[in-house]
Amino acid sequence: MKAGGSLSIWFFVGLSLGVTGALILIQGIYELAHPPEYQTVLSQLHANVWWGALLTIMGGAYCIHFRPGKKSE
Amino acid sequence: MIATVLLASQRLVHLSFVDFVIIIFYFALVLAIGLYLKRQANTGEDFFLAGREMTAWVAGLAFLSANLGSLELMGWAGNAYKYGILAAHWYWIGAIPAMLFLALVMIPFYHICKTHSVPGYLKLRYGESSRAFSAICFGVMTVLMSGINMYAMAVVMKVVLGWDMNFSIWVSSITVAIYVALGGLRSAIFNEVLQFFLIWAGALLIPILGLIEAGGWSGLQARILHNLTELNVPHAGAYTHLWSTLGDFGNNPMGINWIGIVFGLGAVISMGYWTTDFLVVQRILAAKDLRSAELAPIIGSVFKMAVPFIVILPGLLGLGLLPIRLVDAGLAWSPAGQAQGLHGYDEVLPLMLARYCGPGLLGLGVTALIAGFMSGMAGNVSAFATVWTYDIYGALIHKNATDEWKVKMGRWSTIIGIFVSIGAAYIAKGKPSIMDYVQELFSFFIAPLFGTVLIGMLWKRATAAGGFWGLFTGTASSIGMYTWVKVDPSAVRYVAFSMQAQTQAQNMFRALWCALIGVFVTVVVSYMTKPKTDAELANVVYGLTPIPKTEHVSIFHRPLFWAAVVAVVFVILQIIFW
Repeated sequence: MKAGGSLSIWFFVGLSLGVTGALILIQGIYELAHPPEYQTVLSQLHANVWWGALLTIMGGAYCIHFRPGKKSE
Repeated sequence: MIATVLLASQRLVHLSFVDFVIIIFYFALVLAIGLYLKRQANTGEDFFLAGREMTAWVAGLAFLSANLGSLELMGWAGNAYKYGILAAHWYWIGAIPAMLFLALVMIPFYHICKTHSVPGYLKLRYGESSRAFSAICFGVMTVLMSGINMYAMAVVMKVVLGWDMNFSIWVSSITVAIYVALGGLRSAIFNEVLQFFLIWAGALLIPILGLIEAGGWSGLQARILHNLTELNVPHAGAYTHLWSTLGDFGNNPMGINWIGIVFGLGAVISMGYWTTDFLVVQRILAAKDLRSAELAPIIGSVFKMAVPFIVILPGLLGLGLLPIRLVDAGLAWSPAGQAQGLHGYDEVLPLMLARYCGPGLLGLGVTALIAGFMSGMAGNVSAFATVWTYDIYGALIHKNATDEWKVKMGRWSTIIGIFVSIGAAYIAKGKPSIMDYVQELFSFFIAPLFGTVLIGMLWKRATAAGGFWGLFTGTASSIGMYTWVKVDPSAVRYVAFSMQAQTQAQNMFRALWCALIGVFVTVVVSYMTKPKTDAELANVVYGLTPIPKTEHVSIFHRPLFWAAVVAVVFVILQIIFW
């Protein structure tokens, strides 16, 4: 479904996941170099790196596939 | 400004700079969507029904998201901590059969008669008096419930984040008011789909990491049994079993039996909520065609079945993994409880969030909670605006309102609905116990409505007087039984058949009784009064509504096929967690 004939709802979803994921990923990479003073449980799994990466990839894929001007939905 | 609102000395989590950036980005995005969609909300169909052009996926996700409020998330995670896996009944038998029933039985009538709302359907089926009664009940219920939820959310934000309650109430409400008033239902639905993804992205990590820490499901079961046995908690073994302890009220932590769950919850309350509560049904009415409208609740049911993974499981993980014991909210949030550092059941989800999520992930998790609150509130106000404009203002006050005037009224009623909700939030702040009663009571207006709508769809002999009096006496009996038990607690042995029946069990049985009373009165009065002609009932009653055939559609595109798949998975889940 599209809004205003140009922007798909899924583009907004992609934008949201992509930007949020990228911020989490950057924070995760920063923490690899500068471990925080307060460690969460299972912090050794570096969830912010792989979860942030996953959201970034998902969001990016949505943004590209449903980018403004593309014909298919 | 942010620093000035973070005044409370005690809070569960501390947000960092990146967390605030994520939260602010979310607010900016939802407002941008509202602004962008403003030009698409020019007619009544656009504003109130999103132009009736939603695909099955969009309508299905919005249908579910409108129900996924943050209080739903935190409240049911807290209930899972308190009652164990029995809380999952509200997601499985308390939702899935009703969603499939909506898709396969009721949607064709709603869709084909082209109604704008559920009270609008009552007008077509029974007449103006049933519509007016239902619309007024729904309007009052919706804004008050919205306000109560707003207050409860502000309390949670204060406890979890230390945010000032006025700040939480006003910022979230005004944001919702802006984007719904600008873009109408289309904007609400767009944001609900966005919020759906954010809720999952923010909450899914907790069960994943929790199961790793607990050593899988069997490890978690063992930890829960060990912890509860050490604390001498009754029914320690019942917390991870879904059905095997429901033979008697006294065998499980919820104080309920299988009759209450199957008939009260599964057959009445959930059917009433998922098939006649306009808050959720409105999303389905926005579907572009009948097949999309039928598929939407089925798509919603797939995700609803998975919601216990992000709601119930974190509550159980809290039971098995948290080093502290949570208590009732009343005790935890009292001055004495705060002085002792106690935490309420409803805080289990934020506690688990704080356990696993550092900067960034924490911001996403808090955004998920805020998104849940806003999607629930947007659902309430968009449904209220429609019912007010079409079924109260347009039907009772200004019958000749033009389409342009209705859109204007829709925008204003959205804003006024938000302000009334804010007022209700402040009443709840001053008199929380009274508002608790209101919330509990109003939730059962929906049970008699279900009886009346269903009998109207399936039985053409039901008359206008039968429908109205069935609805009225069903609702009155709900209030009567509730008051009776409040005045004389021993009356619970008549309402719920057992003095051991706890609050949830009483709710289930009261709903069951008032639905039965409503149906009985509808039938009796119908036989005493003159029915409508077949021509008057065309497109609103079974047998007089032409349902389009689907033989030309492949099996993988048929709603019935996917409903069967969902039903099979549902049964398998019951057996696994029996």
